[in-house]
Amino acid sequence: MKPRGLVNTFVGYSILIFFALVFLYPFVIQLANSLKTEPDAAANPLSPLPAPVSFAGFERIFEGTNFPLWLGNSLLVTVVITAGRVFFDSLAGYALARLRFGGRKVIFAAVIAVMAVPGVVLLIPKFLVFNQFGIYDSYTALILPIIVDAAGVFIMKQFFESVPASVEEAARMDGASIFRTYWSVVLPMARPALITLTILSFQGSWNEFPHTLVAVQDPDLFTLPRGLADLVSGSLGVGTQYPLKLGAALLATIPVAIIFVIFQRYFVRGATEGADKG
Amino acid sequence: MSRKRSAVRGGEAVAGWLFVAPVVVILGLFLLLPIVMALWVSLTGWNGQGSPFRSGVPFVGGDNYKALFAEDGLPRQDFMTSIRNNLYYVAIVVPVQTALALTLALVVNQRMLRSKGFFRTAFYFPSVTSSVAISVVFLFIFANSGAVNALLGAVGIDGPVWFNDSRGLVHVLLGTLGVDSPPGALAGHGVLGLTWWDWLSGPSVAMCAIIALVVWTTSGTFMLMFLAALQNMPQQIEEASLIDGANRWQRLRFVTLPMLRPTLFLVLTLGLIGTWQVFDQIYVMSQGNPAKTTLTPAFLSYRTAFKDFEYGRGAAIAFVLFLIIVAMTLLQRWILRERRSS
Repeated sequence: MKPRGLVNTFVGYSILIFFALVFLYPFVIQLANSLKTEPDAAANPLSPLPAPVSFAGFERIFEGTNFPLWLGNSLLVTVVITAGRVFFDSLAGYALARLRFGGRKVIFAAVIAVMAVPGVVLLIPKFLVFNQFGIYDSYTALILPIIVDAAGVFIMKQFFESVPASVEEAARMDGASIFRTYWSVVLPMARPALITLTILSFQGSWNEFPHTLVAVQDPDLFTLPRGLADLVSGSLGVGTQYPLKLGAALLATIPVAIIFVIFQRYFVRGATEGADKG
Repeated sequence: MSRKRSAVRGGEAVAGWLFVAPVVVILGLFLLLPIVMALWVSLTGWNGQGSPFRSGVPFVGGDNYKALFAEDGLPRQDFMTSIRNNLYYVAIVVPVQTALALTLALVVNQRMLRSKGFFRTAFYFPSVTSSVAISVVFLFIFANSGAVNALLGAVGIDGPVWFNDSRGLVHVLLGTLGVDSPPGALAGHGVLGLTWWDWLSGPSVAMCAIIALVVWTTSGTFMLMFLAALQNMPQQIEEASLIDGANRWQRLRFVTLPMLRPTLFLVLTLGLIGTWQVFDQIYVMSQGNPAKTTLTPAFLSYRTAFKDFEYGRGAAIAFVLFLIIVAMTLLQRWILRERRSS
């Protein structure tokens, strides 16, 4: 290799490693400090090595907080929302891509418009509806309003339009009903898009926070992000208790982290989907 | 035959409506209906008691909106403060995250470097984590005895008490130049309920910590968009410019960047749309404090409704914010349309 090439390679790696540290070291700090004693965390926040290693923070997460309850609620909410989005979004995406019916164009335009409505301006509006329907403070309010999402419908429609219709047409010729064709012919072909949608839905509903703020106030209905936010705002009582908070945040991050590592390319597809729709 | 075909078509119409029904019903009930209801509430003085659609609820017309723009008082002062804070937030986050994302993409895309996958994963990972969980981590990192101040201490700088520090950056800078008290011309006059001195404060030190967090979490996603565009670039163009003897910088300046223009526009406008929606981080890290310098319209709207029980005004703030974001979205669609037709 020419000396210039070597220099370039060196500079390139230096930049990459510097930024890898910037992007990953906070997680190292998080893990390390969750295993420290409180005085140690305050005195040596940067150190990646707890001295001594202490599990007191984690013990208190399970004994002194409602963490197990939040975890249970998060699991329930995430599983139901993910299943719902995958089913309803793909159903609607398929209809919008393939079936001819009056009003199809209007509905698709509405879906596009809805995607542009930012979630934060809907907080008060959603609360009004929950209040009016009498579902405030229930699993229904936590789950039902976000069991479908416009972006998912859009992704599925785009996908169905990108695959040839010949196979399903053959199935229809053989006399299969539309739903039957959709269920046993179309869906199996749509695996990659369905996996993308599953992962985006899982990540989105697992991390969802503002919606829970206006849907519930009963601590028994808190999900992990809501419970974590509650910990931070001082429900712990004395001291900063950073090891405990960092540990709880770490546990809340792990499921998405695992899925991310396994299904990385689907995350990437989901992120760059935005680039195509512009 | 034709009868059979029209029967099939009819079946398709029924199936089509059945298939989209769940999505249409739920989005209608929990998205469109709420917007209409909130529009009504923003014209009332509802305080959260009973139904907002009872006859006893006072109808106030445009008063809630007037209080935000045209009446001297705390509501306007708070609202304008939140707009100021968010403007500074946008002005820093959007250029910094775009530049960082572009830099990372260009470096990761270098052909001679290995383990690209690892670095891409490392940069993107923060984007997929929970905003609440990551805010907890950054609360610790920017704590008084936290990692950032430990780092600053190592190079001899006495770090600030990040989340208690309401000084604006511009004020801090002026302070180092010896301007400690506001000039009378700026402090004595103002517009829309804030003095010029307050408008020109810059983001507070506390806001800077939140800005750091947001740039750190969003850059990875935008890096992926740049990477996707870089990988779609035809190789021949790069090779041709190599043969023409262009050096690295000329290639970047005259070949790569012009071809990235559409993606650049996309990232910039997505940034403009996203930065007006900052909420989770504010809620967890600062609740709008210190001295309201991290108050944003999104958080103010929430606080006005659910803490002050001024639902009408809270809804009015949400609608103004909605208009701002819609304007950004239209700007984006307009810019991207321009490029498509050209």
